[in-house]
Amino acid sequence: MSIADGARSLSRRQFVITVAAGSAAAAALAAAPVRLARATEEPKTVEEAIKALLGDKELADGADLISLDLPQIAENGNTVPLGVSIESPMTEADHVQAVHIFADGNPRPEVASIHFTPANGVAQASTRMRLAKTQNVVTIAEMSDGKAYITKAEVKVTIGGCGG
Amino acid sequence: MAKPKPRVRVPKTADKGEVIEIKTLISHPMESGQRKDRKTGELIPRKIINKFVCTYNGNEVFSADLHPAISANPYMSFFVKIEDSGEFEFTWVDDDGSTYSKKSQITVN
Repeated sequence: MSIADGARSLSRRQFVITVAAGSAAAAALAAAPVRLARATEEPKTVEEAIKALLGDKELADGADLISLDLPQIAENGNTVPLGVSIESPMTEADHVQAVHIFADGNPRPEVASIHFTPANGVAQASTRMRLAKTQNVVTIAEMSDGKAYITKAEVKVTIGGCGG
Repeated sequence: MAKPKPRVRVPKTADKGEVIEIKTLISHPMESGQRKDRKTGELIPRKIINKFVCTYNGNEVFSADLHPAISANPYMSFFVKIEDSGEFEFTWVDDDGSTYSKKSQITVN
């Protein structure tokens, strides 16, 4: 039954109420599966990715603690050198447990999660990553005392590194 | 595709308590799952190294979870403080379940 067919046998007031209730119900139904689907999907933004990894953990400013070794301008986004180093005594009682790296302009924000142990002596690692376009590289350091620090740096990319 | 070939650079000797740098690389395309086949227009399925683990005398000392944003032929360098002579084992885990590994010895002077 189309809306027009039904309206013929209804008063105008009844028709308006029916349509409004119907569309509200339809909207609610449509919204529900979308929300469910989003929760199980892969994270699309850095915020979602951080939440998936760390929950609602408080993130302190880590600009003084975390040094990022990144080019300001990357000519080739397919292979951008990334070095990360965190000031820490790296003892059993006080060490960096993990460093999470995200890129906010890539189709998928996660880059890598690096897990350190006191046996490393220093919390320092480097790798090479892909950047699709000019964007921020976000780094979070998780400490053995449960605290977490965040910092970011912008990289300008001349040729994007995503795709073919 | 050629079989991924792991390469590592570890010093042969170290002083006790010395912090040494280890460099690792494995040949692997790190297919991101975002690229399309130019002929068919279909997405090329993702196939990457998703985990790297380094153990020293059987204890895990360093590991990394890798995502498609890591470049082809993933490179990773890090440091280890050497207290005793021993053996490093490096393992890379592929999306298809295969693992590739390499061992390396170090002697304390």
